[in-house]
Amino acid sequence: MNSEHRSTPNDDRALLLQVRGVAKSFPGVRALEDMHLELRHGEVLALVGENGAGKSTLMKLLSGIYRPDAGQFFRDGAPLEITDPRHAQDQGISIIHQEFNLMPDLTVAQNIFIGREPRGGRFLLSERALNARAEELIGRLHLPLRPRQVVGGLTVAKQQMVEIAKALSYDAKVLIMDEPTAALNDAEVSVLHELIRRFLRPDTGVIYISHRMDELKAISDRITVIRDGHYVDTLDTASTSISEVIALMVGREITGETRPVGVRTDRETVLTVSGLRTKTLLKDVSFELEEGEILGFAGLMGAGRTEVARALVGADPIESGTISVHGRPVTIKTPADAAKHRIGYLSEDRKQLGLLLEQDVTANIGLSALRERFQSFGFVKTRAMRATAAELVDSLRIKTPSISQTAKNLSGGNQQKVVIAKWLVKDCDILIFDEPTRGIDVGAKEEIYKLLNELAQRGKSIIMISSELPEVLRMSHRIVVMSEGRIVGQLAADEANQERVMHYATLRPDENPADAAELGLVEPGGTDPAMTVGEK
Amino acid sequence: MTASTADLAQRGATSGVRGTLRDRLQQFLAFASLIVIFAFFAVVSPDFLNYGNVTAILFSTVVIGTLALGTTFVIITGGIDLSLGTGMALCAVISGVLIVNSGLPMPLGVLGAVLFGGIIGLVNGINVAVLKLPPFIATLAMMLVAQGLALVISGSAPIYFNDSPNYSKISTGSIIPGTNFPNAVLIFAVLAVAAGVLLNKTVLGRYTYSVGSNEEATALSGINVRGWKLVIYTLAGLFTGLAGVLISARLGSAQPATGVGYELQAIAAVVIGGTSLSGGKGSIVGTVIGALIISVLNNGLQIMSIPQEWQNVILGCVILVAVYADMARKRASVS
Repeated sequence: MNSEHRSTPNDDRALLLQVRGVAKSFPGVRALEDMHLELRHGEVLALVGENGAGKSTLMKLLSGIYRPDAGQFFRDGAPLEITDPRHAQDQGISIIHQEFNLMPDLTVAQNIFIGREPRGGRFLLSERALNARAEELIGRLHLPLRPRQVVGGLTVAKQQMVEIAKALSYDAKVLIMDEPTAALNDAEVSVLHELIRRFLRPDTGVIYISHRMDELKAISDRITVIRDGHYVDTLDTASTSISEVIALMVGREITGETRPVGVRTDRETVLTVSGLRTKTLLKDVSFELEEGEILGFAGLMGAGRTEVARALVGADPIESGTISVHGRPVTIKTPADAAKHRIGYLSEDRKQLGLLLEQDVTANIGLSALRERFQSFGFVKTRAMRATAAELVDSLRIKTPSISQTAKNLSGGNQQKVVIAKWLVKDCDILIFDEPTRGIDVGAKEEIYKLLNELAQRGKSIIMISSELPEVLRMSHRIVVMSEGRIVGQLAADEANQERVMHYATLRPDENPADAAELGLVEPGGTDPAMTVGEK
Repeated sequence: MTASTADLAQRGATSGVRGTLRDRLQQFLAFASLIVIFAFFAVVSPDFLNYGNVTAILFSTVVIGTLALGTTFVIITGGIDLSLGTGMALCAVISGVLIVNSGLPMPLGVLGAVLFGGIIGLVNGINVAVLKLPPFIATLAMMLVAQGLALVISGSAPIYFNDSPNYSKISTGSIIPGTNFPNAVLIFAVLAVAAGVLLNKTVLGRYTYSVGSNEEATALSGINVRGWKLVIYTLAGLFTGLAGVLISARLGSAQPATGVGYELQAIAAVVIGGTSLSGGKGSIVGTVIGALIISVLNNGLQIMSIPQEWQNVILGCVILVAVYADMARKRASVS
């Protein structure tokens, strides 16, 4: 297909890392067919491609988990054969995988030096030497970590820092990061980018894989696009537009942005929450949700957005506060109560909480309405269920070979649609989407956005929680901003922009130091609405 | 930036300390329960607290305790070993065959029995680490194989060590002059210390926790997970072999039909001691305390003339309470 690639002007030195014509097949699947990649010294090379384009396979080849069927790797011009993960590290190639490779029960120091523990004899470990080395490394990288902290108790952002410290402790020259910001908020992303810039030297380089297009502009020097296991093109970031990159990724131009459609002004209030409080985090959360509205929830990680959703559907206990549906106060103690009041929650963790991965599409779609709609006298009405599933697969444009396909074999975007279908069967009026597009590629995201709009148009009321600010800004009729368990601001779509939302999100509702200030990025106490957050 | 970073690091440090305190607390809880149970029996039964009975309690801890030491490693990796009990009976039979039937010198016979245990463990390890069978299935199968082999090899009859009186002394004799303090307890103490050092101070121990905490991550860190699992299962097998020697020496005979049920008691001891069945967490001190709790309970209830059947009911409840307390503690620490 598109195997001719633009030769990029080379400097005199050999490339830091080169991938030339690499191919890899699995039974029934050609994951990579003709892969090229050229990492120069001292640069950040972004690698983008839709899910299934071959990024993960390439990572696994580079880390020695797989061996290529054809093609070659070169490191500083010399051919390189990577035999196993340890060998890759010894060659100066460190990879930070998307799912963190940390041992939650071990300490920071134990994690960083796993496999290379300083010994105090032939067999005995020296914990003191271990912690001293970790301390030194952490200090050198200016990381807010302590060697003896147990990793499982750290925030996602700090766990990421442990990953980075681990990667750099191998004296890495090539650092490969797979979706490093998937679980980070904007302030944390800036800290990460700062770390990356500090890592860059004339003899090092970074390959940065991300779905978040805006980040590529901020951090990368060049962008390599791959599609369907093939190299497509490499572009200079400075002279490239995001839509250009996306067009190359999907192989077609994505036209126009789906915008929320105007809603009537005489809408009925569907959900009223007032004074909601939980033991752990939430304080005095009050808001209203109107019919046919998409209400965006923005805020930093840990601000309490997911907690609001969980409290609303009875997944977490409420300490005080009232919830009214259609003006009538309701008691919701369990997710079953919430379903009775037609409130559905689509969790941010589809795989663990939203889907039966080993079951087929039909079973997943029919699950939550099994009792009401698909049974008589305890026997499952298979035919009715299959008919409904087929109908929804059609109307939601779920891409699956059949309704008997196992859920785990679907792509992320289509899995998300199956979850949506499940709640539509239940005939929910209020749908809470928690990070609906996390881990979904660009094309599929557009599909989800379109679907959300259609749902709202059909009179469903939607709460959308998202850490991707552009997504919230683009999709919501109104935006609620949370910080430290409180609602700190509500904005209408036309008065909201990135800066204003971030301003509210980093506000401190009480005297505790703000999350953002913790990370050393935002001046504490700053009240200027135009204040910039991070380094956008 | 520097100030807030330092501030954060400071806070991190305190939470780290809290983490280790929490772990200590778990062991303290188990230890406190042991003291409470012990004190209870000492108060209600006049026959409980005396040198003879306390020695008997320690003595009865040895076999379960030895099995539990080995399986602590396996359980921390997230695995399980159901072949401990019948494996132990098989090793006892091997010891009998080597010493009684083949007339091998005693030390060689003992060595053979222990190494045979290692082979059982190695086979478990191969099934789990190389052939990727679930540990539950692999060791369940081994449990049956060992049970059958013990009967086949011994011809379904006990093997008595009548001609080698020194064999019994391994367990029942006393090298402390002037006392009748059983050697078996001393051997167990040495094994426990060795296991503790292995788990806490060596690479083997670190990788045991690491595998149980996140196996894939450990592999990606360049560690030979398969190899270490083989070592860990083999180690558990060696402890099984040692338990086989200790129990046959104590009984003066190898009983091929015994063994079933020991594995569950050993696993119970490990769990009561705070080791998580999902892997990544656990300690040798906890396991020893867990084993002691089981034998103190058994002994105390026996002295109070509570029937064996009820002893099992009570032991079952203790396991439930121990695990529930552990979970409640974890939930409390999350929020």
